[in-house]
Amino acid sequence: MPLGEVTSPRLPWTRRHLLGIEPLSVEEITLILDTAVQMREIMDRPIKKVPTLRGRTVVNLFMEASTRTRASFEMAERILSADSLSIQAAGSSVAKGESLLDTVKNLEAMTPDVIVIRHSSAGAANFLARTCNSRIVNAGDGAHEHPTQALLDALTLRQAKGRIEGLRVAIVGDVLHSRVARSNIHLLTKMGAEVTLCAPPTLLPQSFSNVVTLNWRFDEAIEGVDVVMMLRLQQERMTSAFISTTREYHAQYGLTMARLKKAKTDVVVLHPGPMNRGVEIASDVADSKSSLILDQVTNGVAVRMAVLYLLLGGGRE
Amino acid sequence: MKAERTRPKTPKETRVLTGRSLRAAISSMATAIQGDQKGTSPVAIVGIQSRGVPLAARLAGCLETATRRKIDLGSLDITLYRDDLSTVGTRPILKATRIPFSIDGRTVILVDDVLYTGRTIRAALDELVDFGRPARIALAVLIDRGHRELPIQADYVGKGIKTSRLDRVDVRLTEIDGTDEVVLVKR
Repeated sequence: MPLGEVTSPRLPWTRRHLLGIEPLSVEEITLILDTAVQMREIMDRPIKKVPTLRGRTVVNLFMEASTRTRASFEMAERILSADSLSIQAAGSSVAKGESLLDTVKNLEAMTPDVIVIRHSSAGAANFLARTCNSRIVNAGDGAHEHPTQALLDALTLRQAKGRIEGLRVAIVGDVLHSRVARSNIHLLTKMGAEVTLCAPPTLLPQSFSNVVTLNWRFDEAIEGVDVVMMLRLQQERMTSAFISTTREYHAQYGLTMARLKKAKTDVVVLHPGPMNRGVEIASDVADSKSSLILDQVTNGVAVRMAVLYLLLGGGRE
Repeated sequence: MKAERTRPKTPKETRVLTGRSLRAAISSMATAIQGDQKGTSPVAIVGIQSRGVPLAARLAGCLETATRRKIDLGSLDITLYRDDLSTVGTRPILKATRIPFSIDGRTVILVDDVLYTGRTIRAALDELVDFGRPARIALAVLIDRGHRELPIQADYVGKGIKTSRLDRVDVRLTEIDGTDEVVLVKR
């Protein structure tokens, strides 16, 4: 099976929460990825269910729109036999004006073991970890972090390339609004990849310039890279004129077949979804054999299974 | 009583099997398995992580030599099926489960190093049937040390030994430990 070799040092997992990639060590990241490799195998079985988290309860609290991530967490919970329920902001008491803390305190009174939280405010997951008793998994908080996305990207790269260390990666697009970019910058640089960020100057924050290369010319940034990680243009988060038109954005920063030819011949393309076809990525690229976009989705379930197992698999305190 | 049992490695350790007697035990288990084979379809062999895996590979090797047929060989990590996951302190690290062949209608030989409480085998049986419906599952263990907590027994045993619950049985295999031997550690 073409899944990266298991390399983890035998260290036990000790964290209660998964809030971001930034606090994790290389060993912890490797342990999650190695665990995910074994979880991935379950998805190929005729019966895709193991009894590991029987009797454990997970609440998926999604205060912001999500299809992929929520479905992926739910699938991971079901395969591991956890009981789960999903709550979305629309149609919940949040719509009636209840605060995040009150919502969570009330859910906690029903004694879940884990709360998976997606929220539009950076720091929402850390806030819950400080104020609640449940284990918290960050499923995306504003423009801060989306750790399980970076982990599934890493698993996908390890599968395709056999390693992460030494890979040349271009992260392209709306870096400013992207929690996916932030989590990936932390993960890829910790694991020894060489990262270039590429975006229009208005969408290219300077904060990572000590660990990554910044380049606002896509045709230069893509030269000779092993991996192109495209980001979605997050127009719903844009509070002022960051770009002129989506058409011009596509001309300058859209990934087309012509641009892809400047990368290495065995280049792979990742996109966290949902894609804006014809904006940040051309349709033929998204559907090409270089694209690993659907492998990312499959690996997402395996990574979330690994995270839930590591946070919950052992003893209750 | 064999000569090696009177040559303890330390005051508390007794060697139960030497390298040579360990290899002989595997070879006689393979002969017994082959003797029980009925029909034309060869057995599939599945080793339980960790030391059941190299043992299974050695049994498969013996059977392949004897029958000149390829033996399907798999591995099973039973961690996700353990009944004590909610009480063990740290999360056990997962090892590979690979059964890259159909077990439907086949005879599957499960292989482990030591049979003790039977709880590992219970978990392995639960996991194995999630891969299909074998015609028969048999159990081969290098050491049966008694003290069952579940109604489970082995079909092929390398060596049965009397132990106390406090004792530890260490199976060492060249593939993992660099040497072949079984040691009983008295407490």
